[in-house]
Amino acid sequence: MSAGLTFTYGVVRILNLAHGNLYALGAYMGAWLVLGWGSSAMPVLSYLLLFAAAVFIGVTAGPLIERLFLRRVYGKEEEIQILLTFSILLILEDVIKLVWGVSPLFADKPYIYMGHVRLGGVDYAGYPFLLTGIAIVTGILLWLVVTRTRFGKVLVSVITDREVSSALGVNVPRIYTLAFTLGAVFAALGGAFTAPMFSVVPGIGAEVIVVSFAVVAIGGLGSIGGAALGALLVGLARATAVHLFPELDLFAIYLIMALVLLFRPQGLFGQVQARRI
Amino acid sequence: MMKTPLLSVIALIAVLSPPAAAQTPAPRAAGAPKELRVGIVTLLSGPASSTFGIPAKKAADAWVEKINDEGGIGGVKIVPVLTDEAGPGDKVVAEFRRLAADEKVDLVIGYISSANCVAVPAVAEELKVLTVLFDCGTTRVFEEAKYKYVFRTAAHTGIDGIGAARYLLAAKPDVKTIAGLNQDYAWGRDSWEIFSRALRKLKPDVQVVETLWPKLFQGDLSAEISKLLTAKPDVIFHSLWGTDLASVNSQGRVRGLFRQSLVIHNNSAFLFKEFRDLPDGFVVGFRGTHWPDVPDPARNPLQKEFIERCTKKFGEPCGSPHGSYHMVQALQGVKTAYEKAIKATGRWPSVDDVVKAFEYLEFDSPSGRIAMGVGGGHQAIEDSLYGTVKLDPQRNQNVLSSVRVFPAKCVNPPDGVKTLDWIDQGFRGAQCP
Repeated sequence: MSAGLTFTYGVVRILNLAHGNLYALGAYMGAWLVLGWGSSAMPVLSYLLLFAAAVFIGVTAGPLIERLFLRRVYGKEEEIQILLTFSILLILEDVIKLVWGVSPLFADKPYIYMGHVRLGGVDYAGYPFLLTGIAIVTGILLWLVVTRTRFGKVLVSVITDREVSSALGVNVPRIYTLAFTLGAVFAALGGAFTAPMFSVVPGIGAEVIVVSFAVVAIGGLGSIGGAALGALLVGLARATAVHLFPELDLFAIYLIMALVLLFRPQGLFGQVQARRI
Repeated sequence: MMKTPLLSVIALIAVLSPPAAAQTPAPRAAGAPKELRVGIVTLLSGPASSTFGIPAKKAADAWVEKINDEGGIGGVKIVPVLTDEAGPGDKVVAEFRRLAADEKVDLVIGYISSANCVAVPAVAEELKVLTVLFDCGTTRVFEEAKYKYVFRTAAHTGIDGIGAARYLLAAKPDVKTIAGLNQDYAWGRDSWEIFSRALRKLKPDVQVVETLWPKLFQGDLSAEISKLLTAKPDVIFHSLWGTDLASVNSQGRVRGLFRQSLVIHNNSAFLFKEFRDLPDGFVVGFRGTHWPDVPDPARNPLQKEFIERCTKKFGEPCGSPHGSYHMVQALQGVKTAYEKAIKATGRWPSVDDVVKAFEYLEFDSPSGRIAMGVGGGHQAIEDSLYGTVKLDPQRNQNVLSSVRVFPAKCVNPPDGVKTLDWIDQGFRGAQCP
């Protein structure tokens, strides 16, 4: 989720508030597919359905939003960009209600299939370990795409200087669409694979985007490594606070964010001068 | 030989006779209006709509239809004016004014959110609009203020916590340690306060080993569950709802939380279809006897009719027991108050006549007999229902077992006494079996 948000910002330089509802769309599509076609006889099918849901939402909603809306505000004032993405967030919220209604979707079977493991005398669900694995694999794949492929090199050149890249024959609008779509797939992937952990209800997109902003602010906007570190810090801060000072669990997250921004306003991995991802 | 033809005639008369209600439609009261416009305010959107608001709307649809089928109230048909409760408090108050001024409603039935139940009464008094709060739980409405035109036909949240404490001591009398897991806002804080205070009054040696306050709709409760698994309390009390309730059920079940501790939940506002997936051994409570088997439909015709009407109209019961039963209680309260006022005045009553009739009213409902017993006759008291979820292996589905109903006067303070004061005084005058 945060990787997608920061990746999108790194490339198209727009802080996408609607990212939360791409997450929600992924969650709804994933839960809906699992409820409709998931089978306890073949648990692996449920995980494939979650993955398919994320890819479907990403490759349909991503290009649609980028081409219809965002393309018109590249290079414009940040206020306009934020207002536009906020409008998209509200539109998607209503689209979700129109398609899936307001009743919660509860598809916890993929969570239950993974069972539990016992560590240090405490039972932990197996599913979050799968999520951690998926996050690590996704991060490595993204890093390989950016640093080891031709597409990645072109992407970096567009991020560094859009005009020069265009003059050298790079189809910049196409790169923007692809990058935004990739970010949308990440958001939907986050939504689809976290859906089995709780009931999917209207409004989950807005809930998750707030914590995602904290994660990318800590890590540095535009930095994927920073997003990973930010997510780790936020998770550890919450878990530690719940164990030691339960009243302060949310405070702990934003305290870390405030401290990071105080001493390093660009975030831990953010670059002030160069535009990097 | 004579018996057979006689019985046949009786049977023929019985078959050809229309139902009792249709046979004697309510006579139209003198001076009655063309219609009775009733503002119905419930959550139609937002995260609480599916569990609370939509079931209440379905119940209103079904029960208004029943009342109108039977001739209305005093011969006047009800015309519902449906309004969404979602939004900030100032919007809800503005909508109330719109209902009174533009829609010209005769009364308003509404409000699930406790915040709205605290905000609306002052405006209801100003506009002199009869207002029936149907579902919200806060004890503050009538314990901290007095209103003339405002009534609440459901019990307040005091019975949730007191009922939970009483059930727990019956189910697990040797409880020594408890923990709380409640959402970090007024509902969660009040629920824990009432439960923990009631339990410690009833069993002073109980120790609180953990209190956790996750954010509303946090969803992922992994850290909280880890903490509870390491604290190992005998009992975990929670008042979670929405996505957090679903989370603790699935995450807690996989991680053995329900095997380790007795988990007790007050005010279980889950949908009937969600009941299928609740963990075995989970103790659930209801603010009132709102369950398909309790009261027994064979003994309570209104309960039987409510279930049948919902099932016929929607193909299933009207959603969660919480919102749906409370909505019907409000409609039954209004109907009974109007009919009492018509009888007393001999004409269509003024709002003041209805208010007078409503105070300390008793009326029948699918949940049994409801008494407007406290808050100067403006606040209903209800029985408290608790039970344990148990998987029935023969039917391979969950059933509510070890059911206990605590009478209203066992879990509600007497008129004029505040809930927390009553607990601190040791439940003086409680009438428990």
